[in-house]
Amino acid sequence: MQTQLLLEMAAEAFSDRPGYAGTSESLTYGEAFARAKRGAAYLAGLHGDKLIYLGANGCALPLALFAAGLCGKPFAPINYRLADADLRKLFARAAPAIAIVDADMLARVDGVDGVTLISRNAFEAECADPAHQLADLPAVEQDVAVLLFTSGTTGEPKAAVLRHGNLASYVLSTVEFMAADESEAALVSVPPYHIAGISAVLTGTYSGRRIVYLQTFAPDTWVHVAQTEKITHAMVVPTMLGRILEHLEKTGLSLPALRALSYGGGRMPQSVIERAIRLLPHVDFVNAYGLTETSSTVAMLNPDDHRAAIASDDPLVRRRLGSVGRVLPNLELEIRSSDGLTVLPAGQSGEVYVRGAQVAGEYLHRKVLRDDGWFATNDAGWLDEAGYLFVEGRLDDIIVRGGENISPGEVEDVLRLHPQVVDVAVLGLPDDQWGERVAAVIVPNGAEPDVDELARWVKERLRSTKTPETWKFRSQLPYNDSGKLLRRILRAELAQEH
Amino acid sequence: MEFKPGSRWKSAVDSTEVVVVRAPNGAITLECGGAAMIPLGTTAIAGLSLSPAHSGGTAVGKRYVDAQSGIELLASKAGAGSLSVSGRAVTIKDAKPLPSSD
Repeated sequence: MQTQLLLEMAAEAFSDRPGYAGTSESLTYGEAFARAKRGAAYLAGLHGDKLIYLGANGCALPLALFAAGLCGKPFAPINYRLADADLRKLFARAAPAIAIVDADMLARVDGVDGVTLISRNAFEAECADPAHQLADLPAVEQDVAVLLFTSGTTGEPKAAVLRHGNLASYVLSTVEFMAADESEAALVSVPPYHIAGISAVLTGTYSGRRIVYLQTFAPDTWVHVAQTEKITHAMVVPTMLGRILEHLEKTGLSLPALRALSYGGGRMPQSVIERAIRLLPHVDFVNAYGLTETSSTVAMLNPDDHRAAIASDDPLVRRRLGSVGRVLPNLELEIRSSDGLTVLPAGQSGEVYVRGAQVAGEYLHRKVLRDDGWFATNDAGWLDEAGYLFVEGRLDDIIVRGGENISPGEVEDVLRLHPQVVDVAVLGLPDDQWGERVAAVIVPNGAEPDVDELARWVKERLRSTKTPETWKFRSQLPYNDSGKLLRRILRAELAQEH
Repeated sequence: MEFKPGSRWKSAVDSTEVVVVRAPNGAITLECGGAAMIPLGTTAIAGLSLSPAHSGGTAVGKRYVDAQSGIELLASKAGAGSLSVSGRAVTIKDAKPLPSSD
């Protein structure tokens, strides 16, 4: 089933209901569908078999996503925080493509071969132009709905493929059509290039819950919009929640309209969620665990789980506040040992495997689903006796800082170029504000180099979020027999030093 | 007729439209209002009418299943006719909505 049918159904059944709001405009489902169709008719006439989206949140996002589906071009939202050179590399990989780009970002991606640029404003104007008729739309059979570039272990982004069937399965199995009442509104502040930004459009549309977009996240504007728009639902990454709580505590403001707050996309420090429950006792909290490759959420700690955990004296129940809850009813989840076959019993740590219709498990030109449908998440975790999943982190040591994936290898490569660095290991350490922070362990060439100078070195070549905040110096690093760096040992040693 | 996942069908006698969510495990016929459904975008034969025995109605957004063939349908547009698979009345699939996580 094609995902644009979700909007068609909403438009057919609830044409006048407000669906999406940006900073300056709002669209009903009926209007959004009419505009997406015109946008699709316009895009169908341009050269390119994919639709790139490089820009901030706004009504243009659902229009572009659904228009892409209607004209059969996979939708590829790209991270505008990437360095220009990396952006241009991704554009070149996506060519031939059409790219909708925020006006202030156009210059960064100008002149990539095979990519037709259109500004976001111009695209929205085309969507409003009645000259474009759906009759001009070719009949399409396009299976691929979305391409999302994820940070891979080698640092070179992989293009995760999400098919219409995967995304539609997620929506149909978790959301009931138009189940939201008319007062419900969801504040979306995750960026368009995050799987949660895509799933928010789809589930918001199908449930009939109005989506209000925040262009970029800042705690004061988040709280302000939540208050003025009477936001009832929102999803945040752990870092955002911590900053929102700080703002509420500092200002004494409250969020009386808020009913439900879900969080995910990284390790949530238990202290933060306990604080959130104390500060917002009227709010239902949901912890969602999922991956890009699984079309978003596969396990969930629901509001009742939160309340039971926080009220319990039983440490086994209480600790579930640090879990991601239980697998969704339409999916299967197992913990397997490193052989990839042996299913481990409760309490034993291994790799998290999932199976189900929403699980895509596919990259461009490379299917990684097993023949029997199981997908290895590359996350380490374990289940308790009642089936609550505790995720311990990425098997391959990707650092997740504030919802952003950072590949240690990329940072290590840059540091290795420094004349005073002989060897280096970069890894994530637990951090209450960011989930994880970047730490570097350096084997220096003689005297210890100046830490500020090393930080500057990284910042100049990558970006500030990738710059290590903790620095350690060693005479050597731990390696195994085959020469693989033993990050886990290093991480355990560093954790003990703190 | 092949009922591929994602394929869309409309009633020949009322406004009902469906999309196939899960394919059947064998040959079936699909009816609405007692008359065979037709691919969306095609025109129904004139002269057909809604059978009173199949006029229970179809609700938009509901999923309908036929246990015997395994076919699952999503009603994308409501109508006065009710769905049947090879003459068997379909059943509504229980929805278990979850708390929003997006």
